[in-house]
Parts: sequence; structure tokens; C-alpha cells
Amino acid sequence: MGIRFILMVNKQGQTRLAQYYEWLTLEERRALEGEIVRKCLARTEQQCSFVEHRNYKIVYRRYASLFFLVGVDNDENELAILEFIHLLVETMDRHFGNVCELDIMFHLEKAHFMLEEMVMNGSVVETSKTNILTPIQLMDKAS
Amino acid sequence: MSGPSLIDSLFQRTLEDLIKGLRQQLIGEQAFISKALEEIRKEIKSTDLSTKSTALLKLSYLSSLHFHDMAFASFHALEVLSSPRFSHKKIAYHAISLSFHDSTPVLLLITNHLRKDLTSTNEFEVSLSLQCLSRIANVDLARDLTPEIFTLLSSNKLYVRKRAVAVVLRVFEKYPDSVRVCFKRLVENLENYDPQILSAVVGVFCELACKDPRSYLPLAPEFYKILVDSKNNWVLIKVLKILAKLAPLEPRLAKRVVEPVCDHMRRTGAKSLLFECVRTVVTSLSEYDSAVRLAVGKVREFLVDEDPNLKYLGLQALSIVAPKHLWAVSENKEVVIKSLSDADPNIKIESLHLVMAMVSEHNVAEISRVLVNYALKADPEFCNEILNSILSTCSRNLYEIIVDFDWYVSLLGEMSRIPHCQKGEEIENQLIDIGLRVKQVRPELVRVARDLLIDPALLGNPFLHRVLSAAAWASGEYVEFSRNPLELMEALLQPRTSLLPPSIRAIYIQSAFKVLVFCLHTYLMQRESTTSSACPDNLPSGVSASVSYESFDGLSVENGGDAAVTHSLTSTSASMTDESIVNLLNLVEIALGPLLGSHDVEVQGRARNVLGFVDMTKLDLLNPSAQEDKGLERKGVEAYKTIELMHDAFSEELGPVSLTAQGKVPLPDGLMLKENLGDLEMICGDIELPSSNSFSFGSPYEEKVGVSFSNLQIKEDFEQSNESTSLLAEHRKRHGLYYLPSGKSEIISNDYPPANDPTSQGNVNDNSDDLAKLTEESLFPKKKPNHAKPRPVVVKLDEVDEKPIAMKKPEAKDDSLSGAVRDILLGSEDVIPTSSRSNLSGKPSSKRRGKEKQDTDPHVESKENLVDDGNPSSRRRKHHSHGKERRHKSPRKKNAEEREDNGQKEKEKSSHRHGRHKSRRRADELLNVSPQTPVIPDFLL
Repeated sequence: MGIRFILMVNKQGQTRLAQYYEWLTLEERRALEGEIVRKCLARTEQQCSFVEHRNYKIVYRRYASLFFLVGVDNDENELAILEFIHLLVETMDRHFGNVCELDIMFHLEKAHFMLEEMVMNGSVVETSKTNILTPIQLMDKAS
Repeated sequence: MSGPSLIDSLFQRTLEDLIKGLRQQLIGEQAFISKALEEIRKEIKSTDLSTKSTALLKLSYLSSLHFHDMAFASFHALEVLSSPRFSHKKIAYHAISLSFHDSTPVLLLITNHLRKDLTSTNEFEVSLSLQCLSRIANVDLARDLTPEIFTLLSSNKLYVRKRAVAVVLRVFEKYPDSVRVCFKRLVENLENYDPQILSAVVGVFCELACKDPRSYLPLAPEFYKILVDSKNNWVLIKVLKILAKLAPLEPRLAKRVVEPVCDHMRRTGAKSLLFECVRTVVTSLSEYDSAVRLAVGKVREFLVDEDPNLKYLGLQALSIVAPKHLWAVSENKEVVIKSLSDADPNIKIESLHLVMAMVSEHNVAEISRVLVNYALKADPEFCNEILNSILSTCSRNLYEIIVDFDWYVSLLGEMSRIPHCQKGEEIENQLIDIGLRVKQVRPELVRVARDLLIDPALLGNPFLHRVLSAAAWASGEYVEFSRNPLELMEALLQPRTSLLPPSIRAIYIQSAFKVLVFCLHTYLMQRESTTSSACPDNLPSGVSASVSYESFDGLSVENGGDAAVTHSLTSTSASMTDESIVNLLNLVEIALGPLLGSHDVEVQGRARNVLGFVDMTKLDLLNPSAQEDKGLERKGVEAYKTIELMHDAFSEELGPVSLTAQGKVPLPDGLMLKENLGDLEMICGDIELPSSNSFSFGSPYEEKVGVSFSNLQIKEDFEQSNESTSLLAEHRKRHGLYYLPSGKSEIISNDYPPANDPTSQGNVNDNSDDLAKLTEESLFPKKKPNHAKPRPVVVKLDEVDEKPIAMKKPEAKDDSLSGAVRDILLGSEDVIPTSSRSNLSGKPSSKRRGKEKQDTDPHVESKENLVDDGNPSSRRRKHHSHGKERRHKSPRKKNAEEREDNGQKEKEKSSHRHGRHKSRRRADELLNVSPQTPVIPDFLL
């Protein structure tokens, strides 16, 4: 299904957002996140952004204090996923204005909503920032 | 609204409060959360929906980020879901997608909620429920909601339609029959020009095609068109993935696709697309040389790039292309080897794989040299990666690429000395394996083993113990090649061996025993080179049979008799003097004496064996009172004979045995292997006391020598087999005497084939003819002794590399999914060639597509189902799904042969649902159809 999960984790290894596209139990999730965070956060800037873990390939990228980790199937295109992460960050940036960890913490449901606009059932369905943000803006207006 | 809930809602903490509180808490995170959970549990029971939904929101937050179970709230989530307010719905849907799964009990209750929202006029509500469905759909939901999905697939709201497309994947997976309903509309969406829709639908097809590419071949023209027309990189990447799966199945498609792919490769600025093109070429279009050259050129750019990501991917692409185009790797050799010292372990490992891909007979020595040097400098993890790949590459196909085994054996020795080496077990296996298989290498093997054994420093490294055990075994087994057995003896008995684990120490002692016997034998040979030695044929069979138990560790006598003779003739350079023998015996006594009190049975037992032997020989042979000739004539004869026997026993050559050898032993008549041995317990209990005598070590040399040896042998064989055949060994231990063959060891071993040792019956020294016969008959798979190469013969067994193949066949679900897809596609087959043709000629076909037109042709097509078990077990299905979705007729010259069968089938015009059910019936009685190549013919010709 392409993308299997998306995680946002800060430098201390605390998960700030977790979105799974397949069912995992709490325990499986806890273990998986722990392992991945340990593996990826230990890596340096000079190392590549792809890590194989269990049957996933993790593509990650760091923005300021936040790591964006995307778990994908093995034959997914790594560079495209990196572009996807970048698009996600740009989108959040446009919405929040200079997005930072706190924005995501306190507006988690919005971050989820953006993700839902972009990804459906593990495949990317929307790549236009304007299209992604329109429903959120509508909702902001309504409330 | 009741009082308490009003208060609840007034003073309820919002999610924001919760998050802030969590950041500022002083009572500890866990305590704070459990307090919050308590509140939530109360609030969620409120009748006020906004209180309830806020509670649910907080709960989802805690569940998602702090792993707290929210299963208890599943019913509450459903209640919130029924709220008319969008914001409540949103919270509920989020909670449901987060926490529901196939075994959630209230899943049954959600169907109507979903249906209601799926048919809502608010596109955002529809979207929410689709999103949720894509996460929680199970068989029932997929089945019940298929009609709604079907409608949404052609919704005029793009926002909804693309989501419906994306959710279809899950629905198909869970309920394959929905394919018959929805597939056509899905395919129609392929021709949509809206990039959003296209992105979604291509994503779906990419997933579907990964599972079973063959079913989607008929759609190749559509994919081709997207490849040529689309400007969206994401879509192009997905289409390339699909085509990469389809191209190997249809050469004409590959031919067609290769140019556009190369075009993209040349033109695109996006690295992701470029890389996908490269990957497509190297995986699926590797026969097209120019394309591969272009791709390898791009890979080179990746490799020299600063960006570690590109470098890594470049190396990966190279390793894909390596098996077919090794030149691509060789061209980039420098970069690859340089990457071995990259900062990134992933890159290092990729480059290591590539280096190993370059290994051949001719360069294995140099490459291994380079790699071992890298391993010396590398960090422990990578060092072992390197060693592992050297070991596995070199041992592939029974050391296929090794010509010079002397070199390889010394390399093994060298590798085990690398400080971080943790591959002791593998090295051990290979040392022993090579020793058994390659005769010519044995002298070198003994030399390497000696170097390892003699170094006291190595004993301190637990990772090396396994290697040392192999070294000890080899030096004992092939002691006749040793230049200086006395030195070997000292090495085997050095004090630091106390650092070894008992099991390996036992091997050391056993090897020391072998060396000792060899030394004594050489000594005797020297002493009476004039006297003719006792004829080995006269061996009492008691001892010779006990030899057979020596081979319990899975080895077997190979070509018995003659080996013994040749070995005894190869004399060592070091000559034995009286003094050296006395020293030797003393050394053994001093070194092994303390081990008699060892707590480990193996060590203790073997030490006793050796010491018993030493005592005996010392008494008889070197007793100062007994003069040379006299002593020999009187008591010494016994010792002499024993040494001779032992020597012959040890110089039996052990060969490799196939894993499946035991299966080839015919079951003797009347042997009930599965008989319940319960009543044996009683017998054993009776016999235990008396028979334990025969097992004791008493003082062996007071008894007659032959008997004491038999006892020792019993003990020994018990030790050797106790791992795998503990039960049998237990029995043997108790009834030791009954196992000792008195005269006809052959017969006895037939009655009692020892569980693990198919060859024991062949070990009788004086019966090498029988042995030959036996091996031919059953025991041995044929050897392949004659290699035409100049390299030494590597003994091979036929089944050595055979592994039982228990591949799981494709699941039934996939089966039915792709079966359904094929049914549909074959139905639409008559349409597709037309559309593709019109596409190619530049006419958009979508206008015509929309029209529904009476199709005059029978819709029913025969179809071969290739999926079952991967076999072309052709099976036909009736195909009806076009009942409603009729399309215009098209010129179909190509499908003529398939049409021939049409007469047998009836045309069906039924509703979808009707068609769906009916089509499950398979017209099995109708037999073969010609193989289904002409699926995309018009387009490609």
C-alpha cells in the first residue's frame, strides 16, 4: 500500500504525531516506534536518509528539531517519499506560518487532517498545497 | 441535559488543557495521564455530545501518542459518530480509524453510519467516512458498502471521487467480488485527465499489479499512454512501477516502453523520477543495451554525487543490474571500493554486496585480501558483515569459486584471528567441511590448525572457541600430516585450555587421544621396522565395531581400509625416541589428571579414556624392567595390539554424509520404530544396578585390556551421540553390554541401527567389500568425485544443497481477486484495443467512452485462469459483468481465436449484483483455452 505509517518525532525521541495505515496493536506500535527512533536518531547528517527496518523501509528527514519518518513498502521510491515529506512540511508551514514542534503538538488534529488530505489508504492522492489546505480553511471559518 | 453533565461540560478540560498540563505536570507523566484517563472515563459517559466528543478527542490523543488503550470507548465513538455536527463526526471518525480493527465487536454497528455519510451531500462528510473505511473495512463492510463505493467512483466531485478510488484498494482486498462491480469504473478513471484522480487510480493499480501483474496486462495500453502523456512526476513514478512489473511478461510491451522511459531519463530534472526510470530499466528492461548504458551512466552521476542518498540509491541500482551486466559494476569499481569506508553503514553494506558480486574464480584471492584488510580496520559490526560475505560467497555451491584450497584454508585461519571476528561457527563448519571434502588440502589444514592451536592468546577469545574446536578436530583427525605431533600434543594440552567450554575441551581431549595413539604407533613402527606388524585383519571385532561409534557426529567412513594403510605409511619427520614418548605420556598424565574430577561428563569421560590408555601403555610398553624384546613378547604384545587397533580405528577416514542419508536406510523387516517403548522402563529399572558396573571406570587395567576398552568405548559413544539421540543413548548406557557386538557386528547393527548413524554398519574394517556394496545400495548418495578442473576434488553429495521447498502458494483471496480482475478485463478487452488505438492516433476516446451502446457481440469471453498455484491450470469462468456497462463494439481482429468458444456460452445481461453472484460459478466442465497471449495485440503490432 505504499506508505505504511508516518511519524513525527522530536530530538528527544518523543512522538509528536503518529499515523498508521495498517492496524498494529498498541504494543506493536510502541515497540516499532522505539526501535525506529533509536535507529534513525542515531544517524548523522553525512549518512543517507534510508533505513531498512523489519519489512519496512524508513525514509526520514529532519527539519529543525523534528524528524519526519515515513515507513514505506520495500519497492517504494525513496526520493519521491523525501519529496512528499518536504511537501508536507511546506504545507504545514504555509498554514501555520513558520511551523514548529509546538504547532503540531497543539494542533494535532489539523496536522492529521492535512495528512488525510494528502494520503489516503497509503497512497498519495493530493500534491497541491492549495487543495490540501482549502478544507481546513473552510473549517476554520466555520468554527 | 442533566445537572452533573452540565457541570462536567463547563469544567471539562479541553485537549489543549491536557497537553499543556502534560507539559507542566509535576506529579510525573504516568500519574498525570492516569488521572486524565479517569476524567475521560467519566466524561465520555456524559449524554452531552460535546463533552463526550472532547473526551474522545483527548482519549485519541493519549492513545496515539502515549499508547493508552482506547478499546473501552469504541461504543462511545459510535455515539459521537451519530452527531449531526461535523466537528463531532470528525473526532469520532478519527478515533474509530485509530482504534477499530477486525475484531472490534461494535464494528458491526458502524455500517449504517458509514452508509449514511457515504451518501451525504456534504463532500467532507463523504470524505471522512471514506477515509475511515479505508482503515477499518473488513469483509462485511466491504461487501455491504460496495454499491455506495461504486456510485462514488463516478461522482462528479473530484474531491470525493479520488478518495473513492483510493478506498477501492482496501475493498478489493477484503471482498474480491466487488471487483466485478467496481472495476470498470476504476478503469474509466484511468483515462481521466485530472491529475488528482490519476494519481489516486495509478496508485491503486500499482498496488494491484504488484500482487499479480499478469492480470493487468490488458491495461498496458492505458499505462503506456499515461507514461507518455502525464506531466505529474508522482503519477509517472507509479506508472513506471506498474510497467516494470508488466514488461517482463510481455516482450512487445517492453520494446514499446523502452523509448519513452529513456526519454524521461534524459529529460527529467527530478531525481526521483530519474531514479525510478533507472530502476525500471535495470530491473525489467535489462535486455535493451542502450537503455542499460544510459541508466548506468545516470547511476554513475548518482554515485559521484555528494548526497549520501543518491550514492546509496546508485549503489542499490548497481546491485540490481549486477547479475546481468557485471560490466556496470566493474566500470564503477573505484567508487564502489571507496564506498567501503563511507561514513554510512548502509552505504558500506551496499558496496560490500557489490564487491562480492564482482568476485570470480580469478579474482577471489585479491578481493578477499582487500576485504580482509578492510575488516581489520572496520568497526566490529561491519567487520563481521565483511567476513560473513566472504565466507558465504566462497562457500557458495560447495566452494565453486575456490581453486586454491590451501590459500582458502589459510585465509580462514587468518580471518579467525581478526580481532572483531565473531564468525567462529561458520569458520568452524567450513574448516571441517573442507577437511572432509578436499583430500589434498589436509596437510595445509593441519598446518593452519596447528598455528591456531599453538597460540595461547586465542584461547582467551570466546568467539574463537568454535574455530579452535575445528582446529583441534582437524589436527587430531589428520595428525599424520603433522610435521611435529609432539608439539601438537603440547598445544592441545596447554594449561589455558581450561578457558574452553567443556564441550570443546572434550574435543581437545579426543584429539589429544588421536595424536597420542598416532605418536605411539609411529614409535612402535620405528622400533620394530624389521618385525612385521600385526595384521589388521585379525582385529578383534569388538574394538573395530566400537570404532563405528566414533562416527556418531554425522560423519561416516568413506573409503575405509586403504586409507588406513596409506596413512600409516606417511611418516612424520619428527622421529620418536624413547625419551620423547615418556615425556609425552607424562605430559598427558599431568595435563589430564586433574580433569578426572571434572564436573562435565564429556570431559571427565574422555580424560579417563586417555589416562586409562596411557596407564596401560606405560605399564606394558615402557616399563623399565621389561626389556625391549622380552617386554614385547610378553605383556607388551597386548599394548602393542591395542595401539595398533586404536591407530587403525582412528585412521579410518570420515567422509561427509548427506543430510538425507538416514532416509535412505531401508527399514529392516520387523523393526517397529513407532512401537511404544513404555514397558521398557520396567525392564530398565530392573537391570540398572547390575549393568551400571559395566559402565564404571573401576581400574581398567586390572581387567583384561580388551574388555576395559570396550567399556570405554561404550561410554564414549554415549557421549558422542547424547545430543541428538539421548534416548537411545540412555538405553545404550543402561544396557551397554547388549550393544557391544560380540562377534558379528554387522548383524547387530542391523538389528539396532543407531538413530543418527546410517553408516555404522559399514564400519567394519575387514569387510570393505560389504561396505562398498552397502554404500552403493543405500547409504550413500553418489559422490561426484571427478571434477574436470585442475582444482582439487571437492566431494559432493547429491542432495547436500537440496532444501525442502515449502513455498506458500498464493492465497485464495488474491486468487479470487485477480481471477475477478481477469474476468473483468477480458470482458473489456474488446474495448481496450480501440481506445488505445485512438489514443495513439491522438483522438481522445473519453467522449465515446461515456456513451452506452448496445454491444452486439456476446460479452461472454472465455478466460484462462493462470493464477492457481502458479500453474497454468486453465479454468474458465463465465463472464457477465458487462450486463449494464455496455460499451461500443470495436474491431477485434485479434481476438478471433478466443471468440471461437463463444458459442458455448450464453450472453448475459444482468444487473451487477446478479452478475456478481452468478459469475462465481465456474464453468469447470469447459476445458482448455489456448494460452492468453493476445491480450494486448492490436496495440503492439
